[in-house]
Amino acid sequence: MLDFNLIPLIPEIFMAIIAMGLLIVGVFNGNDSTRVVSWAAAAGLGIAALLLMGLDWQQTFVMSGMFTFDKFAGLLKLMILLGLIISIALSVRFIKQEGMERFEYPILILFAGLGMMIMVSANNFLTLYMGLELQSLSLYVLAAFYRNSRKSAEAGIKYFLLGALSSGLLLFGISLIYGFSGTLDYSMLGNALDGMESIPVGITFGMVFILAGLAFKISAAPFHMWTPDVYEGAPSSVTAFFAMVPKLAAIGLLMRLLFVPFDAATEQWIQIIYFLSLLSMIVGAFAALVQTDIKRLLAYGSIANIGYALIGLVAATPEGAGSVVLYMFIYMIATAGVFAILISMRRGGRAFTKIEDLAGLSKTAPAMAYAMLILMFSMAGIPPMAGFFGKLLVFNAAVDQGYYILATVGVVTSVVAAFYYLKIVKVMFFDEAADAFDGGIPLARRIILFVSVLFAVAFIFKPAVFVENSVNAASALFTE
Amino acid sequence: MIVQALAFYLFAGILVVSALMVITARNPVHSVLFLILGFFNSAGLFVLLGAEFVAMIMVIVYVGAVAVLFLFVVMMLDISFADLRKGAMQYVPVGLLIAIVLLVELGMVYGSWVISPEAMERVAAQASAEIGNTESIGRVIYTQFFLPFQIAGLILFVAMIGAIVLTHRTRPGVRKQSVAEQHRRKVEDAMEIRKVTSGTGGF
Repeated sequence: MLDFNLIPLIPEIFMAIIAMGLLIVGVFNGNDSTRVVSWAAAAGLGIAALLLMGLDWQQTFVMSGMFTFDKFAGLLKLMILLGLIISIALSVRFIKQEGMERFEYPILILFAGLGMMIMVSANNFLTLYMGLELQSLSLYVLAAFYRNSRKSAEAGIKYFLLGALSSGLLLFGISLIYGFSGTLDYSMLGNALDGMESIPVGITFGMVFILAGLAFKISAAPFHMWTPDVYEGAPSSVTAFFAMVPKLAAIGLLMRLLFVPFDAATEQWIQIIYFLSLLSMIVGAFAALVQTDIKRLLAYGSIANIGYALIGLVAATPEGAGSVVLYMFIYMIATAGVFAILISMRRGGRAFTKIEDLAGLSKTAPAMAYAMLILMFSMAGIPPMAGFFGKLLVFNAAVDQGYYILATVGVVTSVVAAFYYLKIVKVMFFDEAADAFDGGIPLARRIILFVSVLFAVAFIFKPAVFVENSVNAASALFTE
Repeated sequence: MIVQALAFYLFAGILVVSALMVITARNPVHSVLFLILGFFNSAGLFVLLGAEFVAMIMVIVYVGAVAVLFLFVVMMLDISFADLRKGAMQYVPVGLLIAIVLLVELGMVYGSWVISPEAMERVAAQASAEIGNTESIGRVIYTQFFLPFQIAGLILFVAMIGAIVLTHRTRPGVRKQSVAEQHRRKVEDAMEIRKVTSGTGGF
């Protein structure tokens, strides 16, 4: 029982050591060392990714079954690490320009990332909760990081209060599950539920609470209220981080939870996920129509996107699960590009985030405008961009299982969503040109933008590589 | 047995009354003091259950840290709690409705609760008669629950970093003690010996 095998934990342990070591470097050298600490953190994450790839990707359970590592966890962790590196690279110059250059910033991103890594590997409700809290606590601080801004403080407080509430719901659900099954371990709970002829009402009740708590974290409607305010109030580089990575980890955690311990309760949870998915798509698409701030618009866009991703979960097949992973990845890369442009929108040293600030960008900065055009097309799901394939796979998985209504609503809301993505394109290309933005976009941001656009365009040439890998990884959850 | 029952009703009764007083007391300092009373009584309930470790933690953490912190905040910040509460009454009907619905649902759930013997075999850490629960926690916390325990440490670490990030400001013009500076100070730096001639007032 007591297997003190730490090998599958090596990337996590490495990240924790790097974070603490860099904190010491920062404390001794002060805020002037932020740049060095940031790039060292990014390099550390790169090494963690290499360590991760060096591991044996077969399914293993360690630390008394608290922690598991398999192909699914491995792939998601690689994506998370990539997202973290992008987040740090996007923010180095930005936090300096905004005058909030403090060395704790990359350290908090590292700790949040560590929490996410633990989340996708959790095989016990205790580990799940610990990983989730480690991540959330770092995120609350990051949201309030810009102390000179009232909005940032508001975002932090709002995020903290609603996050604490959702943690409360989650814990209440976990306590019900423990009370009715006597175990916190995923595998044991799964076995116990398999042996029962019907799922006890207490387990269902607990599961509903857990799903409500997790729906807060992935900001699925009707638990999405915090998202627009937090996205708008938090510093733009932090918003970029929020939009890219935490949801990937939370979706990974949700998938393991639904397909492993609650496998026997599929009938029960499908109804809940179905409802969340439907509502998220509708709320996300229609509420985004009236937004004037790009960050708020992207917040509603992310709510809608969670709705699409959940469609793949409803299908409850390896193909559906794989399409969810791929969808989140495509969305993450596109978001990285959009934010690389968004945080470069500065005039006279001040940041701008309104849609009308983009007016006439095709004349003042054509390269940026065309990059944005491609990313918006990809997000709207217009072929032949990557975003189209993401949506296609998800809808396909749903149609295969006979969820026609869900797929239809998905297509209709995509059309609605296309309106506001194309509105940005219209403003950029056909509106009276506004003043030009400050030049001098840093190299890191240019590279991210380039890779993001390249991915959106070139995905069509080799889609099979990504699809096969993600379906293969997701099938690790379905082995009985 | 009768003593135990008496103690239970005593603790539980005072707990409920003090909990009510926390939310109804007009003076916020009284609220906090009732909160502390409530914590002590719930600690008593834990002792009755045989969970002496949780009881001690309850007293140390909640009374020793949380409640005292509350008290400091309440006394130091000039918050008008009467203003905060103004308008809260209008939410009572909706709140009560939701509470009743939730209560009925929970009643249904707990009504179906049967403890199966198999479930008792699966419980994470078995309690035994020979060792007390403090000792059993000590036995599993660095073995079976090593990973969550260490992550909990990291969470506290992040909380500390967060508190410093959000509140620490480097203020100019703060007078700090510098021991090295004080040791380097010589008599000549601080004092000047002058010959005083009479009739000039020393200058």
